Amino acid sequence: MVYITRIEHFNAAHKLYNPAWTYEQNEAVFGKCANENWHGHNFELYVTVKGKPNPDTGFVFDAKKLSKIIKQQVIEKVDHKNLNVDVDFMAGKMCSIENLVIGIWQQLAPHLPASVQLHALKLYETPRIFVEYFGD
Amino acid sequence: MVIANTSINIFMNKVAVYRKEHFNAAHRLHNPHWDEATNKQVFGKCNNPSYHGHNYELLVKVTGVPDAATGYVYDMKLLSDLVQEEVISRFDHKNLNLDTAAFKELNPTAENIAMVIYGLLRSKIDEKFELQVRLYETERNFVEYPA
Repeated sequence: MVYITRIEHFNAAHKLYNPAWTYEQNEAVFGKCANENWHGHNFELYVTVKGKPNPDTGFVFDAKKLSKIIKQQVIEKVDHKNLNVDVDFMAGKMCSIENLVIGIWQQLAPHLPASVQLHALKLYETPRIFVEYFGD
Repeated sequence: MVIANTSINIFMNKVAVYRKEHFNAAHRLHNPHWDEATNKQVFGKCNNPSYHGHNYELLVKVTGVPDAATGYVYDMKLLSDLVQEEVISRFDHKNLNLDTAAFKELNPTAENIAMVIYGLLRSKIDEKFELQVRLYETERNFVEYPA
């Protein structure tokens, strides 16, 4: 098995705010991330797929094709967007990177060919904060 | 103890010191004097009405002659406190268009943000020091002021 990773990036606004709570509760839990007028980040997304190298091409999966799938299924939906307002797959969910990485997995997994398996997603919100998701 | 290097003429030796800080903010590029179509054509996806955002990285450069008594050009703790007070507390986790006085009327491009930050810091740093700011909007896009 060989693991291949493609890195993509997107810039987006969001806020962490639970509408079922009072303003004070949101401020207490989410602090400045609860700012009602949003804030934003440069997100970095690492997509790792695994498979056996194809004997004819030597590829686990063509990295260019992987990039195209990530761009079509994820980046076009989130780049220069407001994650709370503009992104259908985040509707009704809390807009944390934990939930975002799960949402991205659900967007990507059905569009990969049977010859490879989505292994891991790593999502950076800042250079110092990131989450990993393995689909379980 | 040698505090400053006196074997060279310190009056001829300026040194640049840098402080790096960061803030995360939402913004939108929009000219209210233009119609929607023109805004979209010029600013593209940066014109999204519900905003987008960045991790901004700020590099503040102060140039001067190291003080003979301390060996410092500028106390970095004081510089850090100044950047926190004047810049980070204003812009971090804010919507630049909606939450900041500086961009009520001014388009929050990286160019304008850098010029505003320069103005905020320049008034608090002695004229004997040269000041320059570099602002990264993304890892790949950054601006410097003054140029």
